[in-house]
Amino acid sequence: MDAIATYALRLGDDSLILGQRLSEWCGHAPVIEVDLSLANVALDQIGQATHFLNLAGELEGKGRDGDALAFRRDVMDFTNCLLVEQPNGDFAQTIARQLLFSHYQELLFTALTGSKNATIAAIAAKAVKETSYHATLASDWVIRLGDGTNESKSRMIAGLDWMWRFADELFVMDDIDAAAMTAGVGVDKAALRAAWDARIDAVLAEATLSRPAPRRATTGGRNGRHSEHLGHLLSDMQFLQRAYPGATW
Amino acid sequence: MYTTDMTGKTKAEAVAEDPALIAAFEARVANDEFIEPKDWMPEAYRKTLVRQMSQHAHSEIVGMLPEGNWISRAPNLRRKAILLAKVQDEGGHGLYLYAAAETLGTSRDEMTEALLSGKAKYSTIFNYPTLTWADIGAIGWLVDGAAIMNQVPLQRTSYGPYARAMVRICKEESFHQRQGYEIMMHLAAGTPEQKRMAQDALNRWWWPSLMMFGPPDDKSPNTAQSMRWRIKRDTNDELRQKFVDITVPQAEAIGLTVPDPALKWNEERGAYDFGEVDWEEFAAVVRGEGPVTKERIQARQKAWDDGAWVRDAARVHAEKRAAAKLAAE
Repeated sequence: MDAIATYALRLGDDSLILGQRLSEWCGHAPVIEVDLSLANVALDQIGQATHFLNLAGELEGKGRDGDALAFRRDVMDFTNCLLVEQPNGDFAQTIARQLLFSHYQELLFTALTGSKNATIAAIAAKAVKETSYHATLASDWVIRLGDGTNESKSRMIAGLDWMWRFADELFVMDDIDAAAMTAGVGVDKAALRAAWDARIDAVLAEATLSRPAPRRATTGGRNGRHSEHLGHLLSDMQFLQRAYPGATW
Repeated sequence: MYTTDMTGKTKAEAVAEDPALIAAFEARVANDEFIEPKDWMPEAYRKTLVRQMSQHAHSEIVGMLPEGNWISRAPNLRRKAILLAKVQDEGGHGLYLYAAAETLGTSRDEMTEALLSGKAKYSTIFNYPTLTWADIGAIGWLVDGAAIMNQVPLQRTSYGPYARAMVRICKEESFHQRQGYEIMMHLAAGTPEQKRMAQDALNRWWWPSLMMFGPPDDKSPNTAQSMRWRIKRDTNDELRQKFVDITVPQAEAIGLTVPDPALKWNEERGAYDFGEVDWEEFAAVVRGEGPVTKERIQARQKAWDDGAWVRDAARVHAEKRAAAKLAAE
């Protein structure tokens, strides 16, 4: 895959893996309204994944479509960031992941609406409205849980603590990102960091929470160096495609 | 977003009801008028409705579990999105129905507790496991198909909020039924393994689907009163027959065999004759002895227990906000 196809693949993998994770909540959330809203976010992510992965397959030109990419690659070929593959944990941990990711994704998609790749620009234009809702939903819950009971506060702190080491990876610019940016297709992710920090700090302040202490970033997802969690997610997600090769559904 | 707590409301005293009020109520119902939340209604009517509507809501919520079991394993992105949207629709139906039932003075929390304690029932069908992807097709086709038969008449049920909720629910259910049949059609035309999967799912879901219409008419003591009150509009056996007559040709069209050796077209009746449902099994499932009843209740109990701190936090946060707003005024 060339840089532009890989760029689309990364966008698709982030959405796919997060959508898959969030869908695990379906039927098990703390209250029906939360069940419905998490399913909404999951559906949006799976929709974005479908568009980005189909595009990556087209750009690759080897006859793979979004399904082939989603269901027939192994861990080392997945390019999602480590944040989205993290386990749901309790509701606070899920919401911590969503807070960090959705604000990033909203800023990213806003910038990508100006992409020279018309398909990426079009997907971003639709998805930015979705992610803006996701960011609001996550922020509202972080505020409720942070400024709720003692228990919810300590759970929210633990959830943020789990996820925080994966935040830096979102903004890393490597060769693929640089090539995509030079081509006018991708954007400078590092430049989104200041706006992201300001948004996260504002939410944490309203939630009466402190920013987690700085720590060494855990990275590698973009190059297929994942956590142990991803393999289990894939073995579940890819079961039918692997068990019945060649069948259509 | 959280429900109004109605636990503090005093329960209606058990007093003899005014015959004139009863007569006026019965006349309105017989005239196909809608009864609204603030209208006078007999206590027995209210109780029957709370039982039926909460049971219906619980069925939607528990019904998310068997299908939810396959969201993470759906075979492609399109199927995954459709299934997730469908299960989410069921959650939405549960929500409208709880809200409609709350207009009768029972809170959602009370209804949930009744479900978890085993006091309230839900459709027996959700006490069967989903073993293969074909079960997702079979549930959409048969279970949602049976649900539609039950629910279409409820759009004209006498209680206004229930009838209105059912209008929206029925639209979505008919989409669910079609997507289920489409999954089965695809499998039945697929590889031999896929066809086997589809037939196996039909074999397992056929009889439990026929049980969804409830006991036979001669063993359904509440039917007469419910029909007079326009809470029900067709008998269990009438609906079951209708379901069989519609579904058998659908199975034949995709080359699947309905697992009933007694199934035979009856020219004279213009309907299918079919075998006897295992009513002993039905009774056992109603008693809570279904194959996965324990798993279903355990999953709901776990969601309820694990979510308690979240619901508490939301309530406490709302109180803090309200207090701060008051202090600022």
